[in-house]
Amino acid sequence: MMIDTPTPKTDQTLWEEMRARGVTRRDFIKFCTWMAAYMGLESSGVAQVARALEKNKRIPIIWLHFQECTCCSESFIRSSHPIVADILLDKVSLDYTETLQAAAGHQAEAIKEQTMKESYGEYILMVEGSVPMEEDGVYCCIGGKSAQQILEEAAAGAKAIVAWGNCACAGCVQSANPNPTGARSIKSLIKNKPIVNVQGCPPIAEVMAGTVVHLLAFGRIPQLDALGRPKAFYSRRVHDTCYRRPYYDAGLFVESFDDENAKRGYCLYKMGCRGPTTYNSCGIIRWNNGTSFPIQSGHGCIGCSEEGFWDQSPFYKRLAGFPGFGIETTADKIGVGLGVATAVGIAAHATMTNIRKRKTIGQQPGETETEAEQEESNA
Amino acid sequence: MMSRIVVDPVTRIEGHLRIEAEVKDGIITDAWSAGTMVRGLEIILKGRDPRDAWAFAERVCGVCTTVHALASVRSVEDALGIEIPPNAELIRNLMFCAQYMQDHVVHFYHLHALDWVDVVSALKADPKATSEIARSLSSWPKSSPGYFSDLQKRLTTFVESGQLGIFANAYWGHPAYKLPPEVNLIGVAHYLEALEWQKEIVKVHTIFGGKNPHPNYLVGGVPCAVNIEEANAINAERLAMVGKLLADAATFVEQVYIPDLMAIAPNYLDWTNIGGGLENYLCYGDLPQNGFADVSGFKFPRGAILGRNLNEVHEVDPKDPTGVQEEVTNSWYEYKNGDTSGLHPWDGETKLKYSGPQPPYEHLDVDQKYSWLKTPRWKGHAVEVGPLSRMLVGYASGIDEYKEVVGAALKQLDAPATILFSTLGRTAARGLETRLIARWAKQFYDQLLANIRNGDSRTFTNEKWEPETWPKEARGVGASEAPRGALAHWLVIKDQVIENYQLVVPSTWNASPRDSKGQRSAYEASLVGTPVHDPEQPLEILRTIHSFDPCLACAVHLYDDKKNSLSEVSTSPAGV
Repeated sequence: MMIDTPTPKTDQTLWEEMRARGVTRRDFIKFCTWMAAYMGLESSGVAQVARALEKNKRIPIIWLHFQECTCCSESFIRSSHPIVADILLDKVSLDYTETLQAAAGHQAEAIKEQTMKESYGEYILMVEGSVPMEEDGVYCCIGGKSAQQILEEAAAGAKAIVAWGNCACAGCVQSANPNPTGARSIKSLIKNKPIVNVQGCPPIAEVMAGTVVHLLAFGRIPQLDALGRPKAFYSRRVHDTCYRRPYYDAGLFVESFDDENAKRGYCLYKMGCRGPTTYNSCGIIRWNNGTSFPIQSGHGCIGCSEEGFWDQSPFYKRLAGFPGFGIETTADKIGVGLGVATAVGIAAHATMTNIRKRKTIGQQPGETETEAEQEESNA
Repeated sequence: MMSRIVVDPVTRIEGHLRIEAEVKDGIITDAWSAGTMVRGLEIILKGRDPRDAWAFAERVCGVCTTVHALASVRSVEDALGIEIPPNAELIRNLMFCAQYMQDHVVHFYHLHALDWVDVVSALKADPKATSEIARSLSSWPKSSPGYFSDLQKRLTTFVESGQLGIFANAYWGHPAYKLPPEVNLIGVAHYLEALEWQKEIVKVHTIFGGKNPHPNYLVGGVPCAVNIEEANAINAERLAMVGKLLADAATFVEQVYIPDLMAIAPNYLDWTNIGGGLENYLCYGDLPQNGFADVSGFKFPRGAILGRNLNEVHEVDPKDPTGVQEEVTNSWYEYKNGDTSGLHPWDGETKLKYSGPQPPYEHLDVDQKYSWLKTPRWKGHAVEVGPLSRMLVGYASGIDEYKEVVGAALKQLDAPATILFSTLGRTAARGLETRLIARWAKQFYDQLLANIRNGDSRTFTNEKWEPETWPKEARGVGASEAPRGALAHWLVIKDQVIENYQLVVPSTWNASPRDSKGQRSAYEASLVGTPVHDPEQPLEILRTIHSFDPCLACAVHLYDDKKNSLSEVSTSPAGV
C-alpha cells in the first residue's frame, strides 16, 4: 500500500512534536540552552526559546537545490546536537529536500506543490545553490523546469527565504570570473521577501541550526548585517576571534608552511590568511562540534563567507593591510570587498604595536620601501 | 504495452539527474540518463594560480568532499615534479579513508537503504524478535528488545501524525520490498544511528584540514604541522583523537554496516541477476604507500577488466593519448572536427551548445543530444567505475586481502563470484571495500605514529613552492579513486598560471549519454532488462541508479563559448 500524501499537520507545536518522538523535558531544555547560546542570547533567552518552541506551531520548510555541490546539506547533518538532525531535519517540517527524501520524480514534486498550496504564505523556503540566468536558464533544470522558474514559483508563497551558503548568498565558485553560466544569488533575483543569508562554503552546522531555530522559535528572521547575514554569527572577524591573534600582535608569523614557526602555531597572516577581512564564527564556534577550524589546523582562512572571495585569490598572497582595529568593527562600518590581495595598503591599527609589526612584516610584494614607509606613516 | 517513465528529480543523490526509461511488458527495454545542471568550473580555473586550484576543484562536490582537492594537488605536483614527505602522504591517506567510511555509510543508510528497507513495514515488527535477529547478526550493543520497542513507538507516533517529512509519498508497501518487518526495523534504527555516527568520523578531516565539508589541502604536502610538544599543532592529543575516531569507525563498519548488508542481501538475491550492465571495469587506483609515482605500491591497484574476464588485468595510463578520450555525440557541446571524435583531455576542447528543449519541458528528445555530460571512453570501451571496479580489479590482480573479503561474503551468501556483476553486487562491493579501508586506516595511522616517534615530523616540502622555480610550461595528471570511482584532473601550467584544467570524474564515466557507436554508458546499460512492477512507482529504477551512488555536480562539462575562441581546450565535468 502506498501511504497517501498526508495533509501537513501544522497544529502541533515543536515541543509537542518533540515529545511525541520521545524527547524528554530535560533534553528539550538542554537543546534550548544550547541553541540560545549559539544564537548569542543572554541566559534569559533560554526561557524565551523554550517558550516560543512550546507555543509556536511548526513551520513547513521547502529546501531547494540549484547550482551547488551539496556541501551545505552535508554540513547541516553534521550539527552536533542530535535534536537538530532528528527533529528539525527529519521530522518536524522538512517536506521537500532532494538530498534525503525517499520519494523521487513526480511523487517528490507533488509534495512540494502541496506544501506550496496548502501552506501558502506560511512556509520557509530554503535554497542551496545559485541560479544560472544565461541562455534562459538551461544550465540548471529540474523536472523539466529551469531553476529560475522553480525559484519564482516557490518564493511567491514563502514567508521568508533562507539562502544557504555562498552559492545562494553570492553565487560562490560558479559565479567567479568569468561566470560562464550567469550564476546569480537569490537576493539578486527575489526582491520582495525577507532573506537570511547564511554565508560560508559551507556555513558551520551550528550556525545553520541556530538560524533555523531562530525562525522556528521567534517566527521572524534574525537581525542581519549589511550583507543580510545573521549578526549573531557574522558580526566578528575571524582575525579578531582567532586564538593566534596574540602572535599577530607580537609580530610572530609563519614564514613558510611547516617551518619552525608553523610548528609553534604562529600567525598565518603571511601565508595569505583572510581572517582579517572575513566575518564568521570559525574562531568561536569552530567546526564539527568544536574540533578545530582552518587556522588551528595550519592553513589560513580563505574567506569563504565573503562575497566574491574566489576572485580575491591567489589565496597564498598575503593581504595588503586591512582596515579596522577591533572586535567591535563590523562589516556594516567598513563596507565590503576590502580583502583585495593587491599592494594597495590601507591604514592598519594605529597603535605602536602595529607600527612595530609593520617593520617586522616588511614591505608587500611589489611594494617599494618608500611605499611601505608611506603606509606606515598613514597608520 | 509500451510506456515511457520519467524520473526527475532522481532524489537521494548529489546533483541533478534525470532518467527516462522505456518499459515494455514490465521490463525496461531502453533508458536515457541526463545531467541537467552545469557550472563551468574549468573555465573559471583558467588563468589562476595552480596552488589555489585545489580549493576551486574541491567545490565540485560537497558529498565526496576532499577527493577533488586531492586529485588537484596531485596534478600540480605531477606537473612540477614535487615529491611530498611520507607523513603528508599518510595524512592524505587517512583523510581519504575517513572520507570513504563516512561517504559509504551515508550512502548505504541515507541514500540507498530506503530502496530496500520499508519504513512502514517496520511498524509491524516484533521488538523481541528484532532483538534476537540483531544479536544473531552482530555484537553491536544497541540491540535490546526495549531499544527496538522504544524506536517502534516513536516511529508509530511519527507515521500516525501523518507528517512524514522526508519519508512522505514514497513507495512503502511496494511488492518489491521483501525484508521481514524485524529487519526493516533494524534498518530504520541504524538509519538514525548512522546519521549520528557520520558526524564523528569526519573530525579526522577537521583535525588535519580544519573543517568538513571542504577541508584544506596544500600543494607540496598538508597544511597541518606536527609538533608533539605544542598545543597549536598536531600533537599527542590530536593524534590520539584520530586513533579513537578511526577505531570507532571500524567498529561501526564491522558491527553495523557489514552485518546489515549481509542481513539484507539474502532477501534480494534476485537482484544479483539485475543491473549488471557493462562488462568492462576501470580504476586508476589509490592509497599510495611509496609516493604517487609508484603505482605498484597502491592499496587500490590500477587496472582495467574487459568482458568480465577476471583472468586478465589491463594496464591503464591516464597520460596515454589513446587511452582516456571524451566525445560529445550526444552532449550539448560541439567539437571543431566533429562531435563524434574522441579527444584526450590534454587536447580536449569544449564548446557549449545547448540544443535541448526550452524549459519547461515534458520530455527530452533522446534522438538528439540530451545531456550536459560528455561521454568518456577508455580505448573505445564504455567502462564502469566505482567500488565494484575496484574490488574486481583487486580480486583479479590476485591480492590476498581482496580474495579474502570477497570470498568470505560469497561463502556467506553461498553464491559464485558472478553475482558481483549486478545491482546488489555493486552495493555489496561498496561495503566490502569499506571493510578494507577501515583496516588500512589503522595501518596508515600506526605508520604515521612510528614516523613521528622516529623524529620525522615533516608534512610539507617548499622546494617548488615559489612560482619562479617552475618551468615555463608544464603539464600533469592527478589521478585518484573517489568513493564513486576513477577520478582524474589534467592540467597545463603556462607562465605560472593555469592554461588549461580538465576533470573527468566518476559519474561522467557512469552517467554519460551513449557514444557515436551507440554504446551505452553504465547507468543506461544497467537499467536495460530491469523489471518494473508499476511504472508509476519507479522503485526498481532507483535501486539500480542508487547502487552507483550518483554524484552529478561533478559529472557535467561546460565551457563558455561566448568569451573564448574555439581553439581553446577545456573539458569540464558536468556541474564542474
